[in-house]
Amino acid sequence: MYNFEFVKPATLADAVAALSGEDAQALGGGQTLIPTLKQRLNQPGTLVSLLSIPEMVGVCKTDDGALSVGGATTHATVSAEAAVDFPGLAGLASHIGDPAVRNRGTIGGSLANNDPAACYPAAALGTGATIVTNAREIAADDYFQGMFATALEEGEVITEVRFPVPEVSNYQKFVQPASRFALVGVFVAKYADGVRVAVTGASEEGVFRWSEAEAALSAIFSVDALAGLSVPADGMIGDLHGTPAYRAHLVAVMTRRAVAAAA
Amino acid sequence: MPKDGGIGASSKRREDVRFLTGAGNYTDDINLRGQAYVHFLRSDIAHGTITNIDTAAASAMPGVVRIFTGADFQAVGGLPCGWQITDRFGEAMKEPRHPVLADGKVRHVGEPICAVVADTLEQARDAAEAIVVDIDELPAVVDMAKALTADSPKVHDDLSDNMCYDWGFVEENKEAVEEAFRNAAHVTTCELTNNRLVANPMEPRVALGDYDRSSDNSTLYTTSQNPHVIRLLMGAFVLGIPEHKLRVVAPDVGGGFGTKIFHYAEEALCTFAAKALNRPVKWTSTRSEAFVSDAHGRDHVTTIELALDADNNFTAVRTSTLANMGAYLSTFAPSVPTWLHGTLMAGNYKTPLVYVNVRAVFTNTVPVDAYRGAGRPEATFQLERVIDKAARELGVDPIALRRQNFVSEFPYQTPVAVAYDSGDFHRLMDKLEAQADFEGFAARRAKSEAEGKLRGLGINCFIEACGIAPSNLVGQLGARAGLYESATVRVNATGGLVVMTGSHSHGQGHETAFPQVIAEMIGIDESMIEIVHGDTANTPMGMGTYGSRSIAVGGSAMVRATEKIINKAKKIAAHLMEASESDIELKDGAFSVAGTDKSVAWGDVTLAAYVPHNYPLEDIEPGLEETAFYDPSNFTYPAGAYACEVEVDKETGAVTIAKFTTADDFGNVINPMIVDGQVHGGLVQGIGQALMENAAYDENGQLLSASYMDYAMPRASDVPMFTVDHSNGTPCTHNPLGVKGCGEAGAIGSPPTVVNAVVDALQSGGHKVDHVDMPVSPARVWAAMQG
Repeated sequence: MYNFEFVKPATLADAVAALSGEDAQALGGGQTLIPTLKQRLNQPGTLVSLLSIPEMVGVCKTDDGALSVGGATTHATVSAEAAVDFPGLAGLASHIGDPAVRNRGTIGGSLANNDPAACYPAAALGTGATIVTNAREIAADDYFQGMFATALEEGEVITEVRFPVPEVSNYQKFVQPASRFALVGVFVAKYADGVRVAVTGASEEGVFRWSEAEAALSAIFSVDALAGLSVPADGMIGDLHGTPAYRAHLVAVMTRRAVAAAA
Repeated sequence: MPKDGGIGASSKRREDVRFLTGAGNYTDDINLRGQAYVHFLRSDIAHGTITNIDTAAASAMPGVVRIFTGADFQAVGGLPCGWQITDRFGEAMKEPRHPVLADGKVRHVGEPICAVVADTLEQARDAAEAIVVDIDELPAVVDMAKALTADSPKVHDDLSDNMCYDWGFVEENKEAVEEAFRNAAHVTTCELTNNRLVANPMEPRVALGDYDRSSDNSTLYTTSQNPHVIRLLMGAFVLGIPEHKLRVVAPDVGGGFGTKIFHYAEEALCTFAAKALNRPVKWTSTRSEAFVSDAHGRDHVTTIELALDADNNFTAVRTSTLANMGAYLSTFAPSVPTWLHGTLMAGNYKTPLVYVNVRAVFTNTVPVDAYRGAGRPEATFQLERVIDKAARELGVDPIALRRQNFVSEFPYQTPVAVAYDSGDFHRLMDKLEAQADFEGFAARRAKSEAEGKLRGLGINCFIEACGIAPSNLVGQLGARAGLYESATVRVNATGGLVVMTGSHSHGQGHETAFPQVIAEMIGIDESMIEIVHGDTANTPMGMGTYGSRSIAVGGSAMVRATEKIINKAKKIAAHLMEASESDIELKDGAFSVAGTDKSVAWGDVTLAAYVPHNYPLEDIEPGLEETAFYDPSNFTYPAGAYACEVEVDKETGAVTIAKFTTADDFGNVINPMIVDGQVHGGLVQGIGQALMENAAYDENGQLLSASYMDYAMPRASDVPMFTVDHSNGTPCTHNPLGVKGCGEAGAIGSPPTVVNAVVDALQSGGHKVDHVDMPVSPARVWAAMQG
């Protein structure tokens, strides 16, 4: 690890100000950033911790019925506090990493990093969530821009994620056996006006919506509606743990299982 | 009624008090005054010529003490290889120089090029980044078959090719084996890979060198399974330090699994640097370094053929194996695919003819050496896979086929040099059948089917050669060391004992189990006995711990030394009671005169030995301390019969271990609880190999699974509760305890059991699959199901 300055502001304004400094970098739970620092793969001048800003922590219902999760809320907190209002999201959070990861890692950190195999991007895209930052509100459909790429500007902080709560939802993850990230993860959410299906882990373009499945499920929300549907292997990730064809196959399997579990 | 002490008691592991409360003393816990830190600059390319190393800027950086390069080690020896193989044609194996730091070329990713010594570790790392190393990259060779082709890049320019040796065993039987295959009624062939593994002990390797200028004594603290072997290899062959000027200490060691047997460059560097700098020098491996610098395990590619007659009797086995040595020969690497592998190819069966061919190959990969089981898992895997396949081809019950061919009379001379002294394979299979509830399998399969899963049942039998090893025999086989073990038993005046053993405990529980033996022999409480190990300064020359040898060889040495103690104590007791020595009996910690009520306590005798006021000084010396070296007359032959049930997810290919049952023959058992734990650990490692672990290289020699993000280690949730049995073993006939060793069995027996079960599951689903290579990952199983 290289030397760096460390600040832990208590207000969002102070955090944003600190992040405007040269080589400043935001630090959430550090579950990705700290290991890269230890390997000397990253050399920030200042780390700005976002964990002590009260308005960025916690889970609550908004007036319009959405579920608001503060950007610095840990997976463990989401798992516990979203269980009643949004069990699909709580279930996803409860299976990220291991207990140590869940008690440090944050939703804002996960979405800002946008690892192509992370779980939260599937929930955000699969619900059409709104990513709220210190500067603006970004629709999930506009937010994810490929592997590790997002709509965030330099120094922009995710303060809140607002999830429209679906009628039913479920997330199914087929774990990569070593990392236990998603080899393929599928989030299915049914709303009055249609169904959304988001897939993580599979594509070289990062999280994506499976529109063919969405259309079929919006017509009839049942496993049978997915019969014969598949995603092309082209563009899927191929690595030690699975070929593109295998990942494409798992997308269909996990989608079916998510629908079965949600229905 | 379980015993509450002595042999056969499940005494609680006394060492766990410190391990579980953070009070252990591991090598990295040792810090010496004025200690400097070393960081190794390692090659990130697999093969290349070093054209320039510029350390000038780095040397001037804050805190830098010295930067060592290969040039500093021209005058010292390379890392030695402890075993020489003679090939099929009578030629010695090729043995390229293995430099401490890269010498002109780099040959694998992770090879150390420079060692930066600085006041702090961070300063050393900073300086390493300022070193300029220019390397002309050369094409790398990773695949063994390609490495043996004429136009392959050569790993070592001074060798004629990449073949270390071409070994045939038993070479004299080659023609007879071919004849048997020509006459066979049925031949089954299996082509398979034994996947390369990274051992991943919980504690990474650490080396701390120290030097005392006033005495010219060097000390190395290191994470080793065999400190005396390191002292001999490093002192005599690398650094030229005589053994009496070199102390090697291996304190608490957090798991070895074989990879901490070997002498490593980092040990030599730290010892050398401490003397050169007159300052302690410490290196602690990161997990990332461990992946590319700890010797790897396995990595065989094999074709095995089994010949059967018309009555399904095995008539011959023939194998052809490529064994990866990596870029250099690690300490015992050449012995693993040969004598630890070929000699087990008869397995539990009376196959009269066996021919094993092994070609060992240099590649641009991390050196490969012994890993839990070392050669025997590779032998068992191929033999039990081909037998299973034969049973399926012939349409016979796999258990019946095995039983029909079991060796059933002991001692049994195999056609592959070793002679089994004892065993009862039918009884093991009886026990397995009784415990594994084969009758209920059909119902369990139906239940799995209802849940969308294919259920399979896999069977496996195995035998291993442990208790390594008879020195005269292994000397003939190329070992450059003896393989005895030693113990000094020191009795104190007040009756307590200290045993200084050459065995080393790095998880095995010696500190608990060894005292149980002496407690039983003398009839005293285990708490009166303390075990000292791991320090060449206070233990007799020992060969250390590997090959399931500690209780069989080290324990036997301790028994011999204790017998000497008891014999002398009887003389003292006879004198104290004015009786004839031949009438003295030792029972329950007291000496008595046969046929009388005269008795003296153990403590009275030990006190007399050190306070010899009333003592036969004209006949025997005062004191009560004895040393014994024990050299076994044969290997021991633990054996087992395992059963595994798996569920395969039809949609994803994911394999779940649903049930695992073992019946092991370890001979006599000292501590059943510890043995249970050894079996559990071995099973998990074997299941890890079968389903998850894979050290995979790309064609450029980059390790693809170089961290836990991609190298899948088994977790507790990946395995079921195990049903293990090791009761009523057949005692070893040639060591005093009748023990055989239990450390490796689980890792040897489980991989083929799992794969046999997976194949059974897939075939039950109508898939024409007769083999899936390890690790049997979901992706591979799914691909196999696609046909």
